[in-house]
Amino acid sequence: MTLNIPSFNLASIGPWITLSIFAIAILLADALSPKGNRTAAPLLALAGLAVAGFQTISLWGKNGLDFARMVYVDNFSLFFYMVFILGTALTVLISLQYLKDYGKNLAEYYALLLFATVGMMLMAAGAHLIMIFLGLEVMSIAVYVLAGLFREDARSNEAALKYLVLGAFASAFLLFGMAMLYGAAGGTLFLNDLPGRLTAGFKPLTLLAIALLVVGFGFKVASVPFHMWTPDVYEGAPTSVTAFMAVGVKTAAFAAFARVFFLAFPTLMPDWTMVLWVLAVATMTLGNVVAIAQTNIKRMLAYSSIAHAGYLLVALVAANQLGAVSLMYYLLAYTLMNLGAFGVVILVGRKKDSYLSIYDYAGLGAQHPALAAAMALFMFALAGIPPTAGFVGKFYIFSAAVKAGYIWLAIIGVMNSVVSVYYYLRITVLMYMKPAEADLGPINFAPAVTATLLLTAAGVVLIGVFPGFLYNLALNSVKIFPGL
Amino acid sequence: MTADSLLLVLVFFPLAGSLLALGAGYQPRLCRWVSLILSLMQMALISLLFFLDLQPHSGPTGTWLLAVDYPWLEGIGARFSLGLDGLSLLLLWLTAFLTVISVLISWTAINLKVGLFHFFLLFLEGCLMGLFMATDLLLFYLFWEIQLIPMFFLLGIWGHARRIYAAVKFVLFTFGGSLFMLIALLVLYVLHGHQTGEYTFSLYQLSQTPLSPTVEGWLYAAFLLAFAVKIPLVPLHTWLPDAHTEAPTAGSVDLAGLLLKTGFYAFFRFAFPLFPGAAQASIPLLLALGLVGMFYAAWIALAQTDIKRLVAYSSIGHMGLMVLALGIWNLMALSGSLLQLFNHGISTSALFVMVGMLDERLGSRNFQDMGGLWQQMPVFSAFFLFFALSSMGLPGLNNFVGEILILLGAFQIRPLIAVLAFVGVLLTVIYILRMVQDSLFGESRRVQPLRDVTPREVLILAVMALPVLYIGLHPGPVLRLFESSLQVMWGQFPMLARSLGG
Repeated sequence: MTLNIPSFNLASIGPWITLSIFAIAILLADALSPKGNRTAAPLLALAGLAVAGFQTISLWGKNGLDFARMVYVDNFSLFFYMVFILGTALTVLISLQYLKDYGKNLAEYYALLLFATVGMMLMAAGAHLIMIFLGLEVMSIAVYVLAGLFREDARSNEAALKYLVLGAFASAFLLFGMAMLYGAAGGTLFLNDLPGRLTAGFKPLTLLAIALLVVGFGFKVASVPFHMWTPDVYEGAPTSVTAFMAVGVKTAAFAAFARVFFLAFPTLMPDWTMVLWVLAVATMTLGNVVAIAQTNIKRMLAYSSIAHAGYLLVALVAANQLGAVSLMYYLLAYTLMNLGAFGVVILVGRKKDSYLSIYDYAGLGAQHPALAAAMALFMFALAGIPPTAGFVGKFYIFSAAVKAGYIWLAIIGVMNSVVSVYYYLRITVLMYMKPAEADLGPINFAPAVTATLLLTAAGVVLIGVFPGFLYNLALNSVKIFPGL
Repeated sequence: MTADSLLLVLVFFPLAGSLLALGAGYQPRLCRWVSLILSLMQMALISLLFFLDLQPHSGPTGTWLLAVDYPWLEGIGARFSLGLDGLSLLLLWLTAFLTVISVLISWTAINLKVGLFHFFLLFLEGCLMGLFMATDLLLFYLFWEIQLIPMFFLLGIWGHARRIYAAVKFVLFTFGGSLFMLIALLVLYVLHGHQTGEYTFSLYQLSQTPLSPTVEGWLYAAFLLAFAVKIPLVPLHTWLPDAHTEAPTAGSVDLAGLLLKTGFYAFFRFAFPLFPGAAQASIPLLLALGLVGMFYAAWIALAQTDIKRLVAYSSIGHMGLMVLALGIWNLMALSGSLLQLFNHGISTSALFVMVGMLDERLGSRNFQDMGGLWQQMPVFSAFFLFFALSSMGLPGLNNFVGEILILLGAFQIRPLIAVLAFVGVLLTVIYILRMVQDSLFGESRRVQPLRDVTPREVLILAVMALPVLYIGLHPGPVLRLFESSLQVMWGQFPMLARSLGG
């Protein structure tokens, strides 16, 4: 028996290799450099992300499979590569000062961020369900560790443990679903082969498989009723990690979710859109309604992120080209506005997160006008008020739903947006219209965080006013789904 | 550069100017002057348009005085298209005029965050400029939503005691209403796309979409809801008295003079042409809502002890009459209601300005603290009487012209409705006269003397009195502005004219 090694092109997975090498380099540099000198790690991480970004751009326009049909090299995955790289780079920027304050500016933090990013890329590009599972685990394990970064803090420990235990459950569901699918499809898990095999297959088995996959992905995107972990984990984890989870993990899970369902199950669309319809409504409604009652800004943003998962599910339910486009656009917009909001939370939180109540934002408008203006912008964007990216994203999503004939879903989504305005607006009200309860004191405007805020604020407005370029980019990318 | 690109200047000049005002905010005096000069320039620019002798020639239909059209959201089919006709022109002028007034009346009243205040004033002006000219539905929706933000802050930061409640209520009401419009917009867009294969938000093209009566009814209802909240029509009006009572004077002026106009304007410009069939079916509803609004507002206004709330309810009553004119839908009633749109913007704003001045002096807006003002502040009182008479429709002043046109138009078609409307107008006279009596005449209940109006305030009031007199005495030129708009409406949307029997 000869071992047949298929031909492959390393350049197809260039970004993964780069990020892995840089992650290892960060660990080695830390081990070899004198104790206490950790300035190199974030710089190396940013350099690695820059190189990976460059490689992604040079891959742009390729369309095909590589590594024995295990990996897609197409614009859909490359678009998400860019979103991940952007999200991770901004996370690095907002982490720096925050971790220093905690005395936790560890090299392994940055290495884990890069590893998690590699996992996300695997998820977005996986052409075989096992690849997607691998990516999910690479990402999740890194994030489990990150959530427990503050070892001395009980809440951080709780967050890590909760995320780990429930995450392991969800992974098991996902894997079990894949096993069912393997049976239903007669022995293949290649996404390209699945649609052809499933039509003739045993349907109840396929439906069971789809249900289990929904549970697995639903957990990672924090959709109701698999969202229970979200508020506690978001609150307990270090703020920078929360930001990373809210944008990176969700984006990766949605990329894989969309790819698997759009590509593998187009023939079963009536079945799974019905389930996701219910999930979308439940997720939006619960997220928005419960967010109103929150007084901790991180918990509020956790519920807001649940609500946003609901909006994104609407895009999946729509299951048309515009739906896929809106998903991609919204995830990018969400990355920008959410990271911006968390950047402000980090700045206002200060000294080991002592200011995390929403009432700590009272009077911010008078004492730090620029910071308050940035936060107001992010809040308006999250609420979906024009001329921000949040509005355009919601507009695309609801257009897709209407186009697909889900008018009630769009109406429910719109009513949810009204509810959400209340709690986003409340932050603005506190900042501008309530006097400060106490002097807020000086805020340490770390240059990296300030730069992040400027960048995200500019991005939120720019892609909100000129979304055309991204729209075309995304439209070009979703041509890979023939079933839409 | 053609004259058409002036429209872009009209929208972006105030928006850019708002940033300048914000930048000048570190020095309040400078900021006030900058804002005043910018708003005067904008007003001069718009006044210039009256003298250009524009003829309807532009736009896809060739019926706009000026029009621009640029690609905006490619792939979705939304375009950055603006169009100017006589109605828009008048409302633009009103917007610019009231912005100047708002800057002037806030000269001494606003001392907190001056830069931010003027930023929001000018920003709001820019949004409204876009709103009154947008001919693309998505662009219109965009401006419609953005205008909430400056108004929210104007109410919430510089308002009175219960300002936050009022500001949040205002946003939730209007945002909630308009989101239903967004859904209806999307449904219309998709239906049009399915039928013709061309996805567009152009008003003209969408108005050609054949719709089944049921669908049309639902879509129209969604638009009606959004606009009815903004106008506001009676069951949805509860945010307005709160917003007015808590707003700073400039906020009240912008709210009454401009924001309420957007709802009516949108009715006329969008809801009717897009859904003529449903609009026709809704005529009894519009008549009923208009009448109920007039009577209800008058009834509640009579019970008010707060003078600003009374003016706010009178505003609801006036808007009721205008909506009633929409239900009449003939040329005379419509020109009357469009004229009223402008009149109400001037007269009610002037009343709010004066109530604000009174509040600054008395520290109270309660009738109990007033009475006998004429002896202490003769100049103020003369102006107050003048604007109150204008508001209740004294012949020779602006409101009379509009109201008589609406009533005459109504008599031609529905005499019974006209009689009821006439009674409604009479009720207005009653509560306005009561307001004048309780504040200006009678025994003075105050010991300290009150300071009469300052030269700056006289300037404001005199400037506001000019259009009142002009329209009252010589309404012809203004009415001719609507001629083209109305005729276009009749010609461009034949379905509308046919179904409404105008």
